[in-house]
Amino acid sequence: MSTVLLLLITGLGLGALYFLVASGLSLIYGLMGVLNFAHGSFLTLGAFLGWEVARRMEDGSWLTFGVSILVGAVVGATVATLTELLLIRPLYLRHIEQVLVTVGLSLATVALFEGIWGVDPIYVVGPEWLNDTTDIAGALIPNDRFVLIAAALIVLLGLVVFLKRTRYGLIIRAGVENRAMVTALGVDVRRAFTLVFAIGGAAAGIGGVLASHYFGYVSPLIGGSLLIFAFIVTVIGGLGSLTGAAIASVVVAVLQQFANFYLGGTGDFMVVALLAVVLLVKPTGLLGSKA
Amino acid sequence: MTMIRRLRTSRLTPWVTGGLLVVVVAVLPLLDISLPGVLPGSTYTPGTLQLLAFAMVFAALALSYHLLFGVAGLLSFGHALYFALGAYGLGIVLRDTELALVPAMAVVLMAAIAIAAALGALSLRVSGIAFAMVTLAFAQAGSVLVRRNPSVTNGEEGLPLRVDNIPAELVGVLNTRNVYWLALALLVVVFLIVAWFERSRAGHVVAATRENELRVRVLGMTPFRVKLITVVLAGGLAALVGMVYLLLQSGVTPAVMTADFTLTLLVIVVLGGVGSRWGAVVGGVLYTLLDQRLTALARSEAIQDLPEFLRIPLSEPLFILGTLFILVVVLLPGGLAGVARRSLARADTARARAGRNLDEEARP
Repeated sequence: MSTVLLLLITGLGLGALYFLVASGLSLIYGLMGVLNFAHGSFLTLGAFLGWEVARRMEDGSWLTFGVSILVGAVVGATVATLTELLLIRPLYLRHIEQVLVTVGLSLATVALFEGIWGVDPIYVVGPEWLNDTTDIAGALIPNDRFVLIAAALIVLLGLVVFLKRTRYGLIIRAGVENRAMVTALGVDVRRAFTLVFAIGGAAAGIGGVLASHYFGYVSPLIGGSLLIFAFIVTVIGGLGSLTGAAIASVVVAVLQQFANFYLGGTGDFMVVALLAVVLLVKPTGLLGSKA
Repeated sequence: MTMIRRLRTSRLTPWVTGGLLVVVVAVLPLLDISLPGVLPGSTYTPGTLQLLAFAMVFAALALSYHLLFGVAGLLSFGHALYFALGAYGLGIVLRDTELALVPAMAVVLMAAIAIAAALGALSLRVSGIAFAMVTLAFAQAGSVLVRRNPSVTNGEEGLPLRVDNIPAELVGVLNTRNVYWLALALLVVVFLIVAWFERSRAGHVVAATRENELRVRVLGMTPFRVKLITVVLAGGLAALVGMVYLLLQSGVTPAVMTADFTLTLLVIVVLGGVGSRWGAVVGGVLYTLLDQRLTALARSEAIQDLPEFLRIPLSEPLFILGTLFILVVVLLPGGLAGVARRSLARADTARARAGRNLDEEARP
């Protein structure tokens, strides 16, 4: 029982990471039709700069941890905004070219990170409490899982409130639904594009810092490996659906944890199998309307 | 003069030029030509032949990817899977069985075609960007499979080639020129198959599907079937190229199965010009040479002595190639083939205008 609980909560923690990456991907795709390959680089850069700031401050304090998360969010948002303005916008409505540009950006930035920070993992130090465990019904749960889950919940809640309660959220939701109509009504959706990129980048940056604490290290490849699972999550959840992304994140991560433990380390494989099943049964994904 | 012009406009011209080019490339190992800065040594040296053979293997692989992306308009991020399947499959069959080279290649090709058919049928249930993500996921599963089963694939170390059942002419540094000719033959065969497919009925239908799938369906044809044929053909060709790569490299590492490797193919095809066969070939050759030269450049003293903010980016070949790729996508739509086409068209208009001026001057 305690093993099941541990696997479940660890899965939720990992799912929280997937969601932080996938939410941005899904929103960007839903609104603009752009598959953002550079999303992993936003995450990696957030993680690296978060670490750079943290190591100049006091080791292992909560303030340092908080500041590094903030740095991750700001860095992610800034880079994402710049990417949108400089690379995506000039290629407006040429979806394939937009994807290609983000592919080039991800190749170039990963190489650049390797040049600056080296290929080897850099170990990060967080507050003492993160490495401790909490006893829940006999299961010893590492505390960083709770932080991940809380962060993802806050981001999810923030996004839902933003999308449902603000004017820009309304424009974005309407844009996902029918962009041509929103443009025809005289609303400048391009500003919403930049905003969606910034939000997605901020979520990825937060995810980057948290991922470095979850895995215990940062490396130039950390973003790319999470990105692939985030892609799977967005397809399973349905492209453009935030709720779908949230549900699929949890399902994918929990399945992965259980398969890794009970089925001899086949977690990654089971995730791809799940993807195949979803495609066979419902090609649009759990909550998607368009494939 | 008129003969030259007739030759220029003839439909056969590209084929004649191509044939001549093949002959020139075929006799390179017998010549002593040095291109400092482009090739590491004289053309008959094994090192240079190896590099050129790599370039041709990449060109052939890029051609198979051109079928998917350029002809069918399918953005796949999992094409490396079939290449790796060919390389690893042949390596494993040669290691674990006593089959000779050609039967072993046939077995692996059949397996690759079957897998391409199964995965293709599954991933073609979605289209566009979702197709890209799904193919990426399948390739990732393959990559995980290779890394997690070291007893079969030798894991991160890579699989060495067992040479017992391979003709002696293809083994060893001294025989590099034979492998070079094999790579050239591969490139020619793949080019001809791709050209034939593009002219076939299925090729025309799949090109039409790329432009307007609904219309093809309205005409009573099934886009799914021709797309699947394209995926299977591209997968089979990639597996074939992978097998030659194994012979050339005397082994294979998991690096050829990563998503980055497929992205490299995408870079090659876009660099050369999407939709252009010659573009794919030129892109493949150019990329290989550039990658090799940039790596050499990164280690050179001229770069190592630069200040840090210049040295770090310039010593990462992938950074330069990635940046170049972005610039091509943003500034040169149509890639190198597009540039060539535009300059040819400009030359033609210029000549036509000059001809008209001459006519007007001749008039009293």
